[in-house]
Amino acid sequence: MSEPVDEEELTEEQAEELIDELDALETARLERQTGEGAQELTRGQRELVLTGGHWPEPESDETMIINMGPQHPSTHGVLRIMMELDGETLVRSKAVIGYLHTGMEKTAEELMYVQGSTNVTRMDYASPLSNELVFSLATERLLDIEVPDRAQWIRMLLVELNRISSHLLFQATNGMDLGAVSMMLFGWREREETLRLLEQITGLRMNHNFIRPGGVAADLPDGWQESVLHVCELVEAGIDDYDRLLTENPIFQERTVGVGTITTQQCLDLGITGPILRSTGFPWDLRKEQPYLKYPEVDFDVVYTENGDVYDRYRIRLFEIAESIRIVRQCVEKMPPGDYRVQDRKVTPPPRARINESMEALIHHFKLFTEGFRVPAGETYVAIESPRGEIGCYIVADGTAKPYRLHIRGPSFYNLQSMAPMVEGAMVADAVAIVSSIDPILGEVDR
Amino acid sequence: MPDDQTPDGRPREAIHENDQDAEPAESDVPTPSDEVAAAILERFDGARSVSSHGQPVVYLGRSQWRDVAEFLRDEQQFTTCVDLTAVDFLTAVDRAVPPGVEAERFEVVANFLSHARNRRVRLIAQVPATDAEIASLTPLYGGLNFPEREVFDLFGIKFVDHPDLTRILMPDDWEGHPLRKDDAPARVPVTFKEDPRPS
Repeated sequence: MSEPVDEEELTEEQAEELIDELDALETARLERQTGEGAQELTRGQRELVLTGGHWPEPESDETMIINMGPQHPSTHGVLRIMMELDGETLVRSKAVIGYLHTGMEKTAEELMYVQGSTNVTRMDYASPLSNELVFSLATERLLDIEVPDRAQWIRMLLVELNRISSHLLFQATNGMDLGAVSMMLFGWREREETLRLLEQITGLRMNHNFIRPGGVAADLPDGWQESVLHVCELVEAGIDDYDRLLTENPIFQERTVGVGTITTQQCLDLGITGPILRSTGFPWDLRKEQPYLKYPEVDFDVVYTENGDVYDRYRIRLFEIAESIRIVRQCVEKMPPGDYRVQDRKVTPPPRARINESMEALIHHFKLFTEGFRVPAGETYVAIESPRGEIGCYIVADGTAKPYRLHIRGPSFYNLQSMAPMVEGAMVADAVAIVSSIDPILGEVDR
Repeated sequence: MPDDQTPDGRPREAIHENDQDAEPAESDVPTPSDEVAAAILERFDGARSVSSHGQPVVYLGRSQWRDVAEFLRDEQQFTTCVDLTAVDFLTAVDRAVPPGVEAERFEVVANFLSHARNRRVRLIAQVPATDAEIASLTPLYGGLNFPEREVFDLFGIKFVDHPDLTRILMPDDWEGHPLRKDDAPARVPVTFKEDPRPS
């Protein structure tokens, strides 16, 4: 403070200055008092609170910034959402990710191609078989080998079963996020049956490591047709239950219809694929548009809706389960006899029975699993339709048994960017519904 | 396939020889069979095109990166960039690249998809280690916001004009860029009870 001045000698200007000075001191004192745990943050402190990137200055003093997650149960893992709120309305939001980053692409550079599918299968843990498939297809393209028909049909059967289980997981968690706990139980009930079937076929409930470069790990077990058809019936009955429980339910519609809308143009710009893109009235499905495996030989429809809201994304995933069941039934019907893996001794180990009687076969088996097979130098990108959209695999091979670089284009990673335009102007409770409708798998986002 | 072949296939030299033979033969073709690649080559000097396992790939100079993307978006109906990533060729700088392309340490790779024409094209730009930066495509394709941040985070390649170029997967105070080949996997030092303490 400047030296005390005689009140009478104060000019008007000086008085105003003095008042300003006192005001500044008072503000600083108040800020200190409210500094701890308060929402009014000074500029210096704001930097500390908002990790995860720069955050532009709030547009007005009326808004506040809060975090949802990363431990929030409705964020499907460890997603953190920074939200700027004006009252209860979301002004804008930003997804902060990386809490589940384990360097899987780095790990992939240390693993041989024979080991690679054990790594990629852990990325999107809700549909691991899609990851294995895209990795195997990319490796096979670099090796320039064609997989036998039966292997392709088995792969298609498994991937579609996996799509069913993945969408059932969505139905269950989406219901719970919106407060329908019975939906959670219903969804889990059918998903359990699907996983049990996958266990019967592949040996594991998840992270199967069953689709491998060169084919699949084993032939289908005895009696698989009955098990598959039984599960199809169970799931179909389940879909009817969900349909009756939610589709016409006024409470559910109130929470979802018209919430979190997005347009086709926004989706294309943001690189969004899968059910979110199809919910905007754009029937884009790689199984139809750029077919792989035996999809041209089965009859199925691409489900799409017009509104691009949370409700439509729920309906799309519900009807896609039904379409997948159609494909699975056709797989059972049309499954050809033959080899389940390519008979190329460079890639495929000798049959187990041969190992008991032939020293060469034993050596061969040992070499293949300790040294792996070499893949000619080159690079390729392969994309398929996973339950969440386009999953791509970019491999750079250098002629050794390990990929020089392996990159997985996770659909969730890109789809998560649709959250920001969707939540703008929505309520906090809508944000939960919107994140749920994106159906992100954080293992794939963070890799 | 002869039965007596070793499981790990041909010796490594043989593979390399084959590649050396195959690569120039493919890329010597003056006009690529793919129409999009041909259009890019016609418009932009210095671009080189190869067919990689049936997919059109265009190698570009780093300065053309953004112009070509704009050309693809505005004139060739490539409305979506589905994927952007990078490769660190630190230990393979002498790799095979199309003639006329100068191999650098980093390659930035972008896969474009045209829904209207149902085709894909891949662009690859060489980025030197000394000055690792390239124009950002986020202003053109909003969906590249996350992937460019990821490449910045894991490779340390800067994207000029990116709206929010910060680390995305690693912690903000992390040092180094994990997907670079010279970034060793992290190790936590273990001290055993009986071990003498490091002096």
